[in-house]
Amino acid sequence: MPTRRATLFVTCIVDQIYPTVGQATVALLEGQGVKVSVPRGLTCCGQMAFNAGFRDEAYAVAGRTIEVLRGQGDVVLPSGSCATMIRHLYRELFAHSPYAGPAADLAARTYELTEYLVDVLGVTELGASFSGRLTYHDACHGLRFLGVQRQARALLAQVRDAEVVPLTGSAECCGFGGLFALKQHGISEAMLARKLDDLAGTEADLLVTGDASCMTQIAGGLSRRGAKLRVRHIAELLANLVEARA
Amino acid sequence: MSPQPLPFYDRVETALHDESLKTALARATTRFIGNRAGAIGALSDEAALRDQARAIRAGALSRLDELLVRLADQVEARGGHVCWASDAEEARRYIVELAQARGVKRIVKSKSMASEEIHLNAALEQASIEVVETDLGEYIIQLAGETPSHIIAPAIHKTREQVSALFEQHLGMTPTTEVPPMVRAAREALRQRFLRADMGISGVNFGVADEGAVVVVENEGNARLTTSVPRIHVALMGIERIVASLDDLGVLLQVLARSATGQKLSVYTSLISGPARPDEADGPEEFHLVMLDNGRSKILGGPYAEALLCIRCGACLNACPVYQAIGGHAYGGVYAGPIGAILTPLLQPDFPDAHLLPQASSLCGACQEVCPVRIAIPDLLLRLRAAAVKAGKTHPVERAAMQGYTALMNSPALFRTGGAIGRLGSRLLGRKGRIRHLPPPMSLWTQARDFPALPKQSFSAWWEEREHDGHQG
Repeated sequence: MPTRRATLFVTCIVDQIYPTVGQATVALLEGQGVKVSVPRGLTCCGQMAFNAGFRDEAYAVAGRTIEVLRGQGDVVLPSGSCATMIRHLYRELFAHSPYAGPAADLAARTYELTEYLVDVLGVTELGASFSGRLTYHDACHGLRFLGVQRQARALLAQVRDAEVVPLTGSAECCGFGGLFALKQHGISEAMLARKLDDLAGTEADLLVTGDASCMTQIAGGLSRRGAKLRVRHIAELLANLVEARA
Repeated sequence: MSPQPLPFYDRVETALHDESLKTALARATTRFIGNRAGAIGALSDEAALRDQARAIRAGALSRLDELLVRLADQVEARGGHVCWASDAEEARRYIVELAQARGVKRIVKSKSMASEEIHLNAALEQASIEVVETDLGEYIIQLAGETPSHIIAPAIHKTREQVSALFEQHLGMTPTTEVPPMVRAAREALRQRFLRADMGISGVNFGVADEGAVVVVENEGNARLTTSVPRIHVALMGIERIVASLDDLGVLLQVLARSATGQKLSVYTSLISGPARPDEADGPEEFHLVMLDNGRSKILGGPYAEALLCIRCGACLNACPVYQAIGGHAYGGVYAGPIGAILTPLLQPDFPDAHLLPQASSLCGACQEVCPVRIAIPDLLLRLRAAAVKAGKTHPVERAAMQGYTALMNSPALFRTGGAIGRLGSRLLGRKGRIRHLPPPMSLWTQARDFPALPKQSFSAWWEEREHDGHQG
C-alpha cells in the first residue's frame, strides 16, 4: 500500500500562538503512518478579512493560500473554522473569478482534523490517556457548516482513564466570532459569560475543543475569572500533550 | 414620528445592562427553543419537509407577478378591493383615506409586522382615529408605548411582573404574578373594543393564489374577531408572502407553527377570500387587500433574494445567542434578530446604523440551523458586511488593521517578522503565560478577557528546525 500523504495547514493562530497544537497534529498524523508535509509560506486562510467584509483583502490572502496548496493532495487543518472558510466560503469569495476552479478543487480535498482521523483514516483509538474529568465544546463552524460532531466524541470515548462529561449548551457559540469579539465586545463577553457558567457546572478539569479561536476566547475568560479549568485543543489531548494536573 | 433612536452601540450597552430584559429573554427563548426542538423532532422526516418548504417558497417567488395577479383577480371577482402599494406611503395613504371616507372612528388590529414596517398606527392616530392592538403581546406593548421586540412574541422583553404593573396602571387590575387573571383583564378590555370597532386591520401570513384567499394564523382568536366583526376588513400583506396552492400552504403551515411556537398547527387558521356574501350572517361588508412592496421587488433576483423566503416564524431570533443577549429593541429596526439584521438594511436603508446590524453576529450559524426554509443567513450577513465596506462605511482603524493584516499574511517573511515582534511584546506584557492589558484597539479584548502570552517559538519555526535536523516521518 502506498504511503498516505497529507498537507498540514496549521492556521495562523496555531502557528503563532498555539504551536503545540500543530505539533500534536503532526504526531497524530504520523502516528497513523501519514507522511506530513507543511508547504513553506502558508499563513492564513483569509477568513478574518472575509468575515469583516473586506473581500478584496480576503481575495488576496486566500488566493495566495490556494496557490501554495495547489497540487498538495489532502489538506488537514486542526480547525473547523478555517476548514469551513476553505470548503464553504471560498466558493462565494471566488465565484466568477479565475480561482473558482482551483478553489473548488482545494475544497474537495480539505478536512478538519477529527473528520480526517475518523472518516478518512477510520481510526478512533489513538493511544491517548487522561486521568481526570473532561468536557467538550462544539466549535460552531465545524459543527454547523462541516457537520463535525460525532467524530470528536468517538475519539474522546477512546481516551483511557478520562471521564467525559456532557457540557450544557455545548453547541452554543462562545462569542469569539473573529473581529466580532472586539467590535461587539459587550455581546461577545455576555455570550462568553454564559459559556463559562455552563462550564463551571460540569466541574471538569479540562475543556477540549477543536478550534484555537474558541480556546482563546474561553481560556481568556476563565483566566480572568481565576478559574482552575484548563482549555486544550483536542489534538493536544489525543497526542498525550496534556499533563494530568496543571 | 418616533424620536431618533440611540446609536446602535448605545442601544446594545443599554440592553446588556437591563436585568429584567435578561430574565424575560432567558425565560422565553429557552421555552421557545425547547418547544421547537420537540415539535420539529417529532416529524418523521424533518429535513425533507424543510426542503419542500424551501422549494415551495422559492417556486412562488420565481413567479411572483403571476401569483399576485391571480390572487388579486379573484379577490376582486368576489367583491373585494385590492391596493398595490409600491411603498409605505402609498399603503398608509390608502388605509387612512379609506378610514376617513367611511367615517371610521375606531380600529382594532391583529398582529401585523408589515403594519409596523409602514408605521401605520402613527398615521391613523394622526388622523384622529383610535387604533387598538388586540394580540395580547401587541396590546401590552401598545399600553407601554413600545414597539415589538420579536416577530411572533412582541412583548417577549417584558417580565410578567412588568405586565402586571402595566395592567394595574391602565386597566385597574389587581396586581398579580399569575397569568390567567392578566389574560382575563386584557380580554375584558378588548372585547368591548371589538364590538365598537368600525374597521379591523390584520396582517397576512400567506396569500394563496389559486384560492384567491389570504391566510391568517394565530392562537388567541383575536384575528378572527378583527377580520369578521367590524364592517370593514383591511388585510395588509407583504408581496412576497404568497404561495400557489392549498397543498403548498399545508406544508408551510406545518413548518411555521412548529418553528415558531412548537405547535403542530396554530390554534386558529383563517382563510379569507372577500367580504361576507349575501347568504352569510358573519363577516365584513367590505374587504380590502393591501399588497405591500416597499423594497421587496428590488431584493428579488439580487444577492439577498433568499431573505424573501422568510415566513416570519421567529425561530432564528430565539436560536441566536446575540438576540438572546440583547433582545429585539437593540437592533432598532422593525425586524430584529438575524433575519432583522438582513431585512432592516434592505427594507429600511435610511435607518441610522442599519449597516452595523449585520455586524451583530458571531456567524455561529444557529439561525440557519433552525430556519424552516433554510435561508443561508450567515452568508447574507457576510454579503451585507462586504457591501458596507464597499460603501466606505467602516471605521478607519478597522480599515488600517485590515491593510496591515493583508500585508502580513501575504508575505511569509513579514508574517514571521510580525510574529517575532509579537513574541517580544508578549514577553514585555505577559505574566505567567497571560496578558491582562493590551494597548488599543486590542484593549477591547482585555477588558474582560486575558490574552495568551505567545510561545517562544512558532510552529513554522519548529517545523523548519525539525526538517533541517533531517527528521523522517
